[in-house]
Amino acid sequence: MAAAALGAGGGPAGPAEAEAAEPRRRPHGMLKLYYGLPDPAAGEAGRAADAGGPTDINGPRFDPEAFLTKLQKECPLAQLMDCETDMVKQIRALDSDMQTLVYENYNKFISATDTIRTMKNDFKRMEDEMDGLAANMAAITESSARVSSTLRDRHEQIAKLSGVHTLLRKLQFLLELPARLTRCVELEAYGTAVRYHGRARAVLHHYRHLPSFHGIQADCQVIMAGLAQRLRQRFRDGGSGAKDLAECVELLLELEEPAEELCDEFLAHAGARLAAELDTLEAELGPPGGAPTCDILEFTDRGCNSFVGNLCLVIASYQELFVSRAGAAPIAPMARAKLATFVEGLLGRYFGLVERRVQLEKGVGDSSLLVRALDRFHRRLQALEQLLPGAGSASEGTAIVERAARARVAQYLQALRGFYQDCLTDVRQALAAPRLAGKEGPGLAELLATVSASLLGQVKAVLGYVHLFTARDVAFSNKPYFKGEFCSQAVREGLVVGFIRAVCGTAQQFCEAPGDRGGTAPPALLLLLSRLCLDYETSTISYILTLADEQFLVQAEVAGTPGSVLCAEARAAAQRLLTHYVRVQGLAVSQMLRKSVETRDWVGTIEPRTVRAVMKRVVEDTTAIDVQVGLLYEEGVRKAQSSDSSKRTFSVYSSSRQQGRYAPSYTPSAPMDTNLLSNIQKLFSERIDIFSPVEFNKVSVLTGIVKISLKSFLECVRLRTFGRFGLQQVQVDCHYLQLYLWRFVGDEGLVHGLLDEIVASAAHRCLDPVPMEPSVVEVICERG
Amino acid sequence: MEDDAPVIYGLEFQARALTPQTAETDAIRFLVGTQSLKYDNQIHIIDFDDENNIINKNVLLHQVGEIWQISASPADKGVLATCYNRTSDSKVMTCAAVWRMPKELESGSHESPDDSSSNTQTLELLCHLDNTAHGNMACVMWEPMGDGKKLISLADNHLLLWDLQESSSKAVLSNSAALEGKGQLKFTSGRWSPHHNCTQVATANDTTIRGWDTRSMRQIYCIENAHGQLVRDLDFNPNKQYYLASCGDDCKVKFWDTRNINEPVKTLEEHSHWVWNVRYNHSHDQLVLTGSSDSRVILSNMVSISSEPFGHLVDDDELSDQEDHHQEEKTKEPLQDSIIATYEEHEDSVYAVECSLVYRNQCRGGLRSCSYQVVQFMLYKNR
Repeated sequence: MAAAALGAGGGPAGPAEAEAAEPRRRPHGMLKLYYGLPDPAAGEAGRAADAGGPTDINGPRFDPEAFLTKLQKECPLAQLMDCETDMVKQIRALDSDMQTLVYENYNKFISATDTIRTMKNDFKRMEDEMDGLAANMAAITESSARVSSTLRDRHEQIAKLSGVHTLLRKLQFLLELPARLTRCVELEAYGTAVRYHGRARAVLHHYRHLPSFHGIQADCQVIMAGLAQRLRQRFRDGGSGAKDLAECVELLLELEEPAEELCDEFLAHAGARLAAELDTLEAELGPPGGAPTCDILEFTDRGCNSFVGNLCLVIASYQELFVSRAGAAPIAPMARAKLATFVEGLLGRYFGLVERRVQLEKGVGDSSLLVRALDRFHRRLQALEQLLPGAGSASEGTAIVERAARARVAQYLQALRGFYQDCLTDVRQALAAPRLAGKEGPGLAELLATVSASLLGQVKAVLGYVHLFTARDVAFSNKPYFKGEFCSQAVREGLVVGFIRAVCGTAQQFCEAPGDRGGTAPPALLLLLSRLCLDYETSTISYILTLADEQFLVQAEVAGTPGSVLCAEARAAAQRLLTHYVRVQGLAVSQMLRKSVETRDWVGTIEPRTVRAVMKRVVEDTTAIDVQVGLLYEEGVRKAQSSDSSKRTFSVYSSSRQQGRYAPSYTPSAPMDTNLLSNIQKLFSERIDIFSPVEFNKVSVLTGIVKISLKSFLECVRLRTFGRFGLQQVQVDCHYLQLYLWRFVGDEGLVHGLLDEIVASAAHRCLDPVPMEPSVVEVICERG
Repeated sequence: MEDDAPVIYGLEFQARALTPQTAETDAIRFLVGTQSLKYDNQIHIIDFDDENNIINKNVLLHQVGEIWQISASPADKGVLATCYNRTSDSKVMTCAAVWRMPKELESGSHESPDDSSSNTQTLELLCHLDNTAHGNMACVMWEPMGDGKKLISLADNHLLLWDLQESSSKAVLSNSAALEGKGQLKFTSGRWSPHHNCTQVATANDTTIRGWDTRSMRQIYCIENAHGQLVRDLDFNPNKQYYLASCGDDCKVKFWDTRNINEPVKTLEEHSHWVWNVRYNHSHDQLVLTGSSDSRVILSNMVSISSEPFGHLVDDDELSDQEDHHQEEKTKEPLQDSIIATYEEHEDSVYAVECSLVYRNQCRGGLRSCSYQVVQFMLYKNR
């Protein structure tokens, strides 16, 4: 019975399980039915057939009549028969089931009855025992109450006593505290002292209104103040290293010393030491204007090792103490700010020193030392930057390095210019040096080669030095500045282009220089510089630029001044120099001719017997110039020469043309005729352009000089009045020039034209124009 | 300008001496002195009618010798002074004299050029500047703003100040100064400054330029080595009293501030041979004309050192245009110094250039150059 009830209490199972358990459950269902319990399985079965209707044989509302009627109505006979047998079978099974159940339950019932009987007996005995127990307990309670009432007074006393004991111990601690602290201080166990004091501080503070405690507190405070003083002293002396210092600071902080003050003190202390280091560094800069006491690498090394190293240490310990220490959070921002200003100040000074030192580095030789020093400096600052990000030390350091590099490049440019100037001075000296008879000094060509080679060598060397700044193993070379701007701007534009410009510019200065106010550049120098500039134009510039571009990997798109512009500049300079050379030489010869014409009395002169010395001098000078120019410039092209150019005599014009022109004729129409004649002649002869631009060859240069000289001669002649012999002297002189000058010029017709003009002008200015016989002229000239 | 081509006037003889007629204020008139050793020399009075582009000329005979320098009196249109060569036997002497031209030519005649040669007239000699004691005359200068009574002549190394008395018939040497130094010093050229009440004269000898005070006849400044070679000519800026232009055989034209003579204010190197002549334009002192034996005449615009630094290069024909033009120019940047024109029509060396004193409508003027051998006489209109 109990099991069935339990089974039903197990709760409804899932439908699938219910169906599977159907046959086994059925007897239980019957029992349930019997006990009037709802059978979920039966309910389900009924729902499956006709929902527990009157025809459901297992349903609670089964109506045998309706069932029978339904069967009879619905089923054929065979089925009825089957149904009947089935029913009979079921009834039988049910009967047997019931029988078994009855037996089973009967047995159980009997044994249950037996059990209940024995229980009934046992309980009776137990009840008696329980009664005894209750009585005992009452007795115990009673005695216990008695004991406790007697003991209560004593207990209270003990509790009070133990309280007093603790209090007394505390008091004793407090009373002993000053002494203990003093001892601790004496033993230099500052940590312990601070810990003791920390324990007592709150109590003392709380009871400070009591005189005795107040006294203790005062004592303690005095001692602690002393302690703090000693700690600070130690902190200030600072001899004992960073760790000790840290401990000091920690203790002081625990003593509730104001953190700000501590920061300040710490920094001031550290600052003093660092400043001392900086002072040492500064001392190494040497006296103002004097030489530094050590080289820059050593300087930077010292700076890095002593100053930057210690600064790093200070920063690290400071950060440990004030910024990153547990419990330092509230003071961290303040501390950080203080540190920042502190570092900034020191670094500022340090940078100042480094910069000054770098500026002192004026040497223009190898820059590897400087680069190494800067590299070290820069690296060290990187470390500092990592330690203290945001201080801007690295960027400032990079800026210094950049400035140093720029300054260095500027120095190199300066040095190159200086070198160039020295070269020029050397050349001038070489040119001015007195020539030993028979032994020519170094020729212009050699001088040019020397200058050119040494300049190029110097440029290469400087480029090499500068290249160190961008070497791969130097840390700062991968900064954007050194990759880009330094290469393109500073080196290429500033150094290389600047130098080339300086070369051309300085050369040009000789053209406009004080020129006519003393200190004229020797003409040979002009010539040499002109050739130098021309060489630059043709090859050197492109060579140097290519060299620079390759070495420094200058990107094409940022490349500044193109080579062609420089070439044009160089060419213009060369042109100007050469033009100036022609002008200077021409004017020099002119001067000579002018003086000679001006100082002579042409009216009262005697019959010419020789060529005047000045003409010989002119030819000599021209020859010298020819040699000089020939050393540096190519021959150039001449106009086709007439075969008899050297043999050409004055006879040509003295007989045919001259006759008409110089024939003394005093008819009034004569002047018109001569004018007409000369005009017509002019129409046929080419107009002489006195100053056509000079080309870069010997003939053109010489032509220019000869033209200027002869033109000047002509002008001088036109300013004078001649007697008969004066005219004849001019004739002789011109023939002489004619004999020697044609070979220098490109177009000898030009010389002839000008000389004709001179003789014609002299004839025109002659009071008694009787020309000399050409044969005589020739004889005189050949004799001279 | 209707026509850029120069007006050419041919002379029969060679000529070096050229001057504008200073006293003439209406017409553009130049005087040219010729050089001929064999024939009677002439003085051509050349009027330029700029409206019709026509030249009128008159010829006067100057029988005493070839003319090296000529200058017109600032006060009397009919008076002029010449330096001329007198040759006697085997001696050539340069003398100076003051002349008066016939009355009817004073104001310029308008007879046709054709018959002018038929009735050549002769100059009337007023007086000689006696230089027997002083040597060859290099040049004669009239007091620029004066009444035509004062002259300065340069003779070898002497600076002579003359007073003309008794209606110019007598020249009295009132003061003189001599140049002392090593060697034979010779004045080559001079110019009387129109500033400082006409008390300053600048002279050139060899490469040196000197300034003189006419009251004390003392040297007031001396620019040593002003040019690398001989100084050929000088001119004062008509509007800026301390500015002086010089030119010389070193092919350069230099501009000086006489208060600071260490360095020239400006140097031009445009010519390729001796520069014989330099002249400021009288109305617009940024215009500087130079003539050189490289056969070129160059007109430069030296705005940066002119009295009109903001460029007032008047170039208009009509007055009505000027208003607009003025406004335009005010907005312009200061102009750069530049060469305005190079006249290369000369066949031979150019020895003299002059600017006319007369400017019509502030826009026209004659500038004139005189060339040697081909005896061309070109008259350019200033553009």
